[in-house]
Formats: sequence, C-alpha cells, structure tokens
Amino acid sequence: MKTESTSKTSRKSGKQKNRKNREFAVIAYAFLALFFCLMGYFTWFQFTESEKFINSPYNKRQDLFARSVIRGEIRAADGTVLADTVTDSEGNETRRYPYGRIFSHVVGYSENGRSGIESQANFSLLRSNIFYGEKALSEIQGEKSPGDNVTTTLSYELQLTAFDALGSYRGAVVVLEPSTGKILAMVSKPDFDPNTIGADWENLVSDENKDAVLLNRATQGLYPPGSTFKIISTLAYIHEHPDYESYTYHCTGEHTVGNQTIHCYNNRRHGEQNLKESFANSCNSSYASLGLDLDLDRFSELCDSLLFNTALPTTSESSKSSFVLTNGAGAGTVMGTAIGQGKTLVTPFHMALITSAIANDGVLMRPYVIDHVTDADGGMVEQMKPEEYKSLLSPEDAGILKDYMRAVVENGTGEKLKSDAYTAYGKTGSAEFSSTSKASHSWFVGYAHRDGAADIAVSVIVEDSGVGSEYAVPIAREIFDAYYKQ
Amino acid sequence: MTNLIVEITKYLMMFLFALYTYECFAAFRGKLDAEKKSGIFNRQIFLMYLIHLSAFLAIYAVTDDILMVLFYFFQVVLISIILTCYQMFYGRASRLVVNNMCMLILCGFIMLTRLSVDKAVRQYVITLAAVVLGLIIPVLVRKLRFLKKLTWLYAAVGILSLLAVAFFGSTSYGAKLSVTIAGFSLQPSEFIKIIFVFFVACMLHEKTDFGQVCAATAVAAAHVLILVVSKDLGGALIFFITYLVMLYVATRKLFYFAGGLLSGSIAAVIAYNIFSHVRVRVVAWQDPLSVIEDEGYQICQSLFAIGTGGWFGMGLYQGTPNKIPVVEEDFIFSAISEELGGIFALCLLMVCVSCFLMFLNVAMQMKDQFYKLIALGLGTVYGFQVFLTVGGVTKFIPSTGITLPLVSYGGSSLISTMIMFSIIQGLYILRQDEGELHDKTKQNTAKQDSPRQRRKRRDEDGIDIEDLS
Repeated sequence: MKTESTSKTSRKSGKQKNRKNREFAVIAYAFLALFFCLMGYFTWFQFTESEKFINSPYNKRQDLFARSVIRGEIRAADGTVLADTVTDSEGNETRRYPYGRIFSHVVGYSENGRSGIESQANFSLLRSNIFYGEKALSEIQGEKSPGDNVTTTLSYELQLTAFDALGSYRGAVVVLEPSTGKILAMVSKPDFDPNTIGADWENLVSDENKDAVLLNRATQGLYPPGSTFKIISTLAYIHEHPDYESYTYHCTGEHTVGNQTIHCYNNRRHGEQNLKESFANSCNSSYASLGLDLDLDRFSELCDSLLFNTALPTTSESSKSSFVLTNGAGAGTVMGTAIGQGKTLVTPFHMALITSAIANDGVLMRPYVIDHVTDADGGMVEQMKPEEYKSLLSPEDAGILKDYMRAVVENGTGEKLKSDAYTAYGKTGSAEFSSTSKASHSWFVGYAHRDGAADIAVSVIVEDSGVGSEYAVPIAREIFDAYYKQ
Repeated sequence: MTNLIVEITKYLMMFLFALYTYECFAAFRGKLDAEKKSGIFNRQIFLMYLIHLSAFLAIYAVTDDILMVLFYFFQVVLISIILTCYQMFYGRASRLVVNNMCMLILCGFIMLTRLSVDKAVRQYVITLAAVVLGLIIPVLVRKLRFLKKLTWLYAAVGILSLLAVAFFGSTSYGAKLSVTIAGFSLQPSEFIKIIFVFFVACMLHEKTDFGQVCAATAVAAAHVLILVVSKDLGGALIFFITYLVMLYVATRKLFYFAGGLLSGSIAAVIAYNIFSHVRVRVVAWQDPLSVIEDEGYQICQSLFAIGTGGWFGMGLYQGTPNKIPVVEEDFIFSAISEELGGIFALCLLMVCVSCFLMFLNVAMQMKDQFYKLIALGLGTVYGFQVFLTVGGVTKFIPSTGITLPLVSYGGSSLISTMIMFSIIQGLYILRQDEGELHDKTKQNTAKQDSPRQRRKRRDEDGIDIEDLS
C-alpha cells in the first residue's frame, strides 16, 4: 500500500500502520538478532570448538571412522615408524609396533581402549585427508582410505638411550626441549609389549598383578620428590629473605627440634654451609632449619604457582602433584616437607616441566608430543607450533637457581655430569618411600647446555635403588652424551 | 554400493535443502508478481519431494526392507493430501507456511524413521489426526468471533490444567510434564501455550491501563510459577518471554519489557542459588566434559554427535545418534546434524526462522489488535521454542529439554504446533478479508482505481515483507 504514493489517504494510513507496527518490528529484529547469534555460534562451534569434543576420549564416535579408514602411522621425529597398520590378504588389520616395549607407554595401544599417542591422536589417525576424488574412488570400490600419519617430537635415539640406561629398574625418564616444550623421550618401566597387548590384557589388568604395568609412571606415577624439592624450598627462602646470600648454617649431621630429628645422608657432617653449598651438597639439616623459617602460606602459594595441586598442561593421561602444608603444622612435618619428604608427591613429568622452565629463563613452554600430521601422500594437514604456557618464575629467580644447579655439578652431588661437550645443571635426590626400610628412590632433575645447540631437560627416577648420585645421575649422563655427541 | 548411495544422497539432500531454504527467503523479496511467487512455491514442493525421495533411497539401501518403500508412499500421500487440501479449500492460505510445515514434518519423518521405525509410525498416525484439525481451524478462526470474549475462561483452563499436571503429573527427566488420560500421555503445557496467548491478547487488546496490566501480569505469573514448581524450566521460560513480548507490544512501553527481564534475571539468580537442579544444568552447560559421567552426559553426547558429523554429516545410518538420550524428542536437531550434516541443520534452522518471520508478518498485516497480538504471541512461542531447543542442544544456552516443533517426536508438541500454524493460516486469510473491506471503502472514497492498483491488490495474495524491512 505504501507504493500508492498518489493517494494521500493511503499514505497517511501507511504511516499509521508503520507507527502501529514499530514494536512488532522491534520484536522481529530482536529475534532475528538472537537467531543470527545462534547461527554464528553454531558456525564457530563447527570450525573451532568441535575439535575439543571430537577428540575427547569419551567420544565413541571416533571408532566409526575406522570403518572407512585404515589407521595412520605414528612416527618418530626422524620419520622412524613407531606404529603402523598392515592389512592381510583377507582384509584383517593388525596394528604393529616395530619397537615394541621401547615406546610402550608414550605411543600407547589401541586395543582394549586406547592410551598414549594412540589415544591423543586417535582422531587424526582415523581421518583421511587424501584428495577427495581418490577417496570417492576407493569408496566406490569398497576399499578403505589410508588415514593421516602423525609425526611426533620423539627422538628415536634418546628414547632408546633412556630405555637402555634405565635397564631392569622400575622408574621413569622424561626428556624435554625447554625452548619449545617438545617431548623428546618418555620411558616408563615396567613396560609392556603393545604388539601382544590383546593376548596379555587379562594378565595385565588382573588383581594379582601388582606391577601396574599399564601406568605411565612418567606422567601418572606419584613419588615423594626427595631432595629435588630443595629447588622449590630454596626459591621460597630467597623470596622471603633478600639477604639469602649471607645465610649460614653449621651442619653437625643432624638437626633436632623437640623430639624430631632430620639426618643428613649417612649422618655426614657438612660443617659450615652457606645456601649455595647447602644446595650443592644437599644438606638436609640446613634445609630442615631454613624450612622452619618459612611462611607456610606463602610456601603453599609458591607451590600452587609451580603447578602443584593442579592439572598439568598436557592432553596425555597425567596425575596432579600434591603439596599440602598448612599453618600450624608441626616442626617435624615442616622440616620433612622442606627436604622433599612429608606428604608432597610429584610426577617425574612435573619435575621435568619445572626444570625446563628454569632452563628457559622462567618461561614454561606448553609441552607437546605431536609435531605434525600429514596425509598419506605427504601433504601437510596440521603443524603444531611451540606455544608459551606460562611464566613460572622470574628470570632473576631462574638465574639464581641455574647458578645453584651448576654448583651441584661442579662441586656437589652431581659431579659425574662434568663434561667438556656440554655444561650440565641439576639436582639429585633420594626419596625415602617407606617408613620401615631405608630403601629410597633415586632422583635426578636437570638440564644441559651447549652454545649453538638446544638445551635439553631431563627428569629421572629409579625406583627402590639408592642415592640419586649413583643411580639416576649416570642415566642423565648417558642421555646428555647421546644428545650432544651429534 | 550401499555406502555410495548413502554418500551421494547425503550431498544431494544438502544441496536440495539449501535451494529450498534459499527459496524461502527469496519469497520474502519485495516486489514479486504472483506468477513468480507461485513459481517459487511450486519449486519448493518439487524440492521437498526430491529431498524426501533421496532420504528414503538411502534408508531403503541400508535397511533393504520393503516396508520402508511402503512407508515412503504413505508419507508421500499424507503430504500430498495436506498440499492439495490447502490448495482446494484455502486457496488464499500462505503457501510458504504450508510448504514449510510440510518440509519440517518430512524432516521429522526422515530422521524418526532412521532412529526408530515404531516411533515414526506413531508420529505418522498423530500427524494424520493433526492434519484434520489443521484443516478445520482456519474456518473456525474466521467464523468464531466470540473468541475475544472468553478471557477468564482461558485463564481458568490454563491455570487449572497446569495445576493438575503439577499435582498428578508423571515425572520424566526431573520435570513433571505429562498426565495420562485414557491411555494417552498428554503434555498439557503444549496446548496451554496457545490458550495463554489468547488470554493475554484478550486482556490487552483494548485496555492497557495499569490495573489491566496488573491483572494480566498476576495470571501470567501464576502460569510461570506453577511451571517452575513442576520443574518445567523451559516451559516456564517460554510463557515468561511470550508474556513480556505481548505486554511490550500491547502497551508500547519498553520499561515493562526491561523491568520484566530484570526481575526475571533476579529470579533466575535466586533459583540458581536455591535449586540444585538449576545449578546442575548450568554446570553441565559451562563445562559438560567435566561432568560427563552425570549431568553433562546428554549434552556431551549431543556435542559429540554434532562435532563428529561436521558440516557434511556422516550420512544416514552412518552415525550413532541413538547414543544421545531422548534423541527423538529433545535432541533431534543433534541427530540431524550428525547424519545429515551441519549445513543441513543450519538450513533447517533457517526454515524455522522463515516460519517465525511469516508469523510476525501476519501480525503486522492484521488490523484488529486482538488478532495482531494472537499472531505475535504464537510467533513468539514458536520462535522462542526453536531458539531454546537448538540453542540448548548446541550448548549455546543451558539445555532446557524442549522439543523442536514439527520435527521432534511427540504427539502433544506436534498437534499443538499444527494448531498454531493453522491459526496463523486462519489469520492470514482473515487479513485478506480485512484488506478487501478496506479496499472497498477506499474505492468508494477514491473512486479512481488504476489498473496498476488492481493488479497490486491481486498480488497481495502473497507475502508482503515491507513492514519488516
């Protein structure tokens, strides 16, 4: 009616109608806006957010892709095939792991559920990004398309070195590249053979089997940190005492408060010790004493900021480290906690993250193990990039700790790491895990540097062995040697 | 071979449905002559049949069940009956609304047949009954002029029925929704929505003084509160928003709307703090993966389905939509998105939006304030319900457990939506009666009527979206 511009009456009625309908138009537009937001959200969900849900291990729909796609390969950084799928003449598919036990936990398995990279990268492995026409062709012929291949950050050589070095001990080794967050190696023992996991399954998960073989001790094993925790106690002390350089303690081999006594290893008397010497010699008495000086609330805050009591930034199965110390805790508890005993529990992976943050001037890079995904023809599908996760400590703090960790190697418990090929830094530890025996887990966390090459950080735990300097340090040495010999 | 058919029909359906959706909005374009419009609607019908045929080709290919072919023909016959009857008896009904209604019903049939043949057959029978209702109602709307005078009867019926459900209803998924009468499970709130819209229109179409508004608000609040007590949060929300919208439009006072929204938000915050079942829904919305074992299970399964389906879908029978609890009712949109694809699902949403626009368009075109408010109220009920269900299953907003009108399985929802669509058709036809009356008086005053104007009037037997744009 509005078009009838010649008629005055209709123009007037048109205006009236417009005014009368203004609120209707407002409602119509308001709803349209709502619907546009909804459509925008749906689009965003499909493009971005959906990945989080598709990749969720709870999403059983991933398996649907296996009907039309042959599971892709998992490869080491140098291209060495760590897992592939072969199809026999009758069309039966078998998942093969050429290096079997060496990569058992980190690569994982894909039978009876999934673990490790097999779980994390499941979606990529079951997707085929080959040329669409090719896919349609195999569809018509009733054949499966080859899935995408996943190349990891894992170094075949370092993994092998760590695996051999740990030998028949139980324990775990984690190797990271601090400047990028790349996971270079991850070993956990006891291990399993992923090639025969189907047949071994019943035995592995039976109640009588107390070995917890399927547990990835590197990321899921919770251990008392022992003296490696002195890194954190030192940091807490430095934060509260700007005059830390004038700290002294006279060690008589033990420190007693009330009826609680903390001993140095073998009751050794370290004599006059400043803070750096206490750290290098891992003097328990000195740390028990300085622990009593700490504000426990600030100590707890520091630990929380160093990722205790929180999920670690990783998509693989991992446990939360725990640190519990409340104001009003008894002297014995405080002293024990300061030297890494007490109720504190950490995963080797977590200690590796803290160490790499120190090596990287305080900045923790988000750790990752999947480097890139390519289609069966080699075309790049997805390339991960190093990403800063969080600044865990200030560059100054990192600098002080580096200096202290260097002292451990120069004239402390880590002397076996002296080398011309690289400069090593670290902290040893022996964690008592039983109140009834003197047995201890042997720890080493540290990193090595050589100009012109990337640093590497390691975290080693050897269960039920002895002191860190005798069992864990030599393993770290082998890894550093292998890495820097190139 | 089966795979190939499923794949090809999947893309074909997506393409055809996109065309259909395009035609929906092409029909809204301003100056189209009658012939062009008729062309659009005929093409839509053609596309509709093709989509349906493609879907059943895939269904037959997978199931290899000859009964599916039979069911297919039954469905075709039903849709043909609807289309023919409307053309025969209501030549002046909005063809876009008829087409969209049929298209949505067919989408429902396709997905329900795939999910559960039993439920699809039951849905079919109910649709048959609903169609009969749908054909009578437009006449009633035209003839029954006393509908404006039943104000307090609407209020009484509404409140009493909701109370009956609150006291005697059976509980499903934590909410009291349905009563069982003579073996039939009925969800009265689906029908009360319509009666409620009539009540509000009766109250506010003439007088909008403060006393009148207070009385209307008191009755509306009673509806909403009873639903909250029955834990039917989605239903309560629909009544609440519908009332606010109608109040705002009738009084033209934005602060009623703003004030209502504000008090609603405060009530929501209080409800969040008092009722655990409200908190549970909010947690399940914020981070469903963290509570996947319990309250987040439904929404996670829905998002797995939508995400894994992606833009192009898995193809019919290639996904696992049955993993989503109550997939046929509240989560049918996720099932469609999983198997027919995100593009198809978006098109479906847009078809619903075009229905909503038609409802509002009718509201604007009417001259009688009572009918204007009816059309607006029903449009709001429909539009908001679509928004709640699609927003809920995609995690845009917390899930409220509401059906997608005409697509979801469920007799009450289907019949009540058919009634709503038919009332709109009745109003659409009425509007043209009004228009003719108006034109006649105008002819008398203006006397001169150019051929162009005459043609224009004839063309009005289509859609006039000018007031929206």
